[in-house]
Amino acid sequence: MTNTLPVLESLVLAAVLFALGLICVLVRRNIVFMLMGLEIMLNAAGLAFIAAGARWGSADGQVMFIFILTLAAAEVSVGLALILQMFQRFKTVDVDVLRRMEG
Amino acid sequence: MMIVFYIAAVIAVAATVMTITLTHAVHALLYLIVSLLAVAVIFYTLGAPFAAALEAITYAGAIMVLFVFVVMMLNLGEAAVEQERRWLDRRMWGGPALLAAALLAELVYTFAFGIGPGGPSGGGVSPHAVGAALFGPYLLAVEIAGFLLLAGLVGAYHLGRRRTDAEE
Repeated sequence: MTNTLPVLESLVLAAVLFALGLICVLVRRNIVFMLMGLEIMLNAAGLAFIAAGARWGSADGQVMFIFILTLAAAEVSVGLALILQMFQRFKTVDVDVLRRMEG
Repeated sequence: MMIVFYIAAVIAVAATVMTITLTHAVHALLYLIVSLLAVAVIFYTLGAPFAAALEAITYAGAIMVLFVFVVMMLNLGEAAVEQERRWLDRRMWGGPALLAAALLAELVYTFAFGIGPGGPSGGGVSPHAVGAALFGPYLLAVEIAGFLLLAGLVGAYHLGRRRTDAEE
């Protein structure tokens, strides 16, 4: 049963999803979509951990996935609060408006 | 089992592509939720049923609900009712509903035939093993994750409050 696990295909899928998330962060200028891209990338990293854990039949991969889940929850709560602040101050979600922060 | 994996992988990639190409945030969020559910099915085929349940509950449930709330808050205005009406258009929810129905069909197929490494017949890594590892060798990391969540809570509370004119 173990050798029928789609481990290699899962790693390829994780790479594809990570690349798509990276494209989303790099291409989009709407900060909500950029945060979504970050979520896609974190999720792809979790998929790679699960696939590796399944390959070795070990629980460590799922433990790391739970930590990634915790990280994503904390990150998204702070990120969305920042988006709300930005929308209150600048009335837009376009990150190019924040160029003034260069100092 | 491989056919279940491949269908779920195609759904995940297609939904993610739709997520990063659509211009409307709520439509993109619908596709992102479908993508996360597809990844949950993939976790199941990899013999990680506990991670699959967490993915569906926490990622596709809690985190995406946060996203939806914030997107809705950004859209407050007199045009919100008209916008709501347009969102109920079939073209808007048809695609995500179709992909989610395919995932549901996979779930029913898997349960009906009792196949899969994460099935009731055993195989894969059980939730018991995950919990034992989490509160055994990884106990310190769990404490640190708790600190991280506390910091996220305090940070979100501090940043999310509405600033009054007196503070400006």
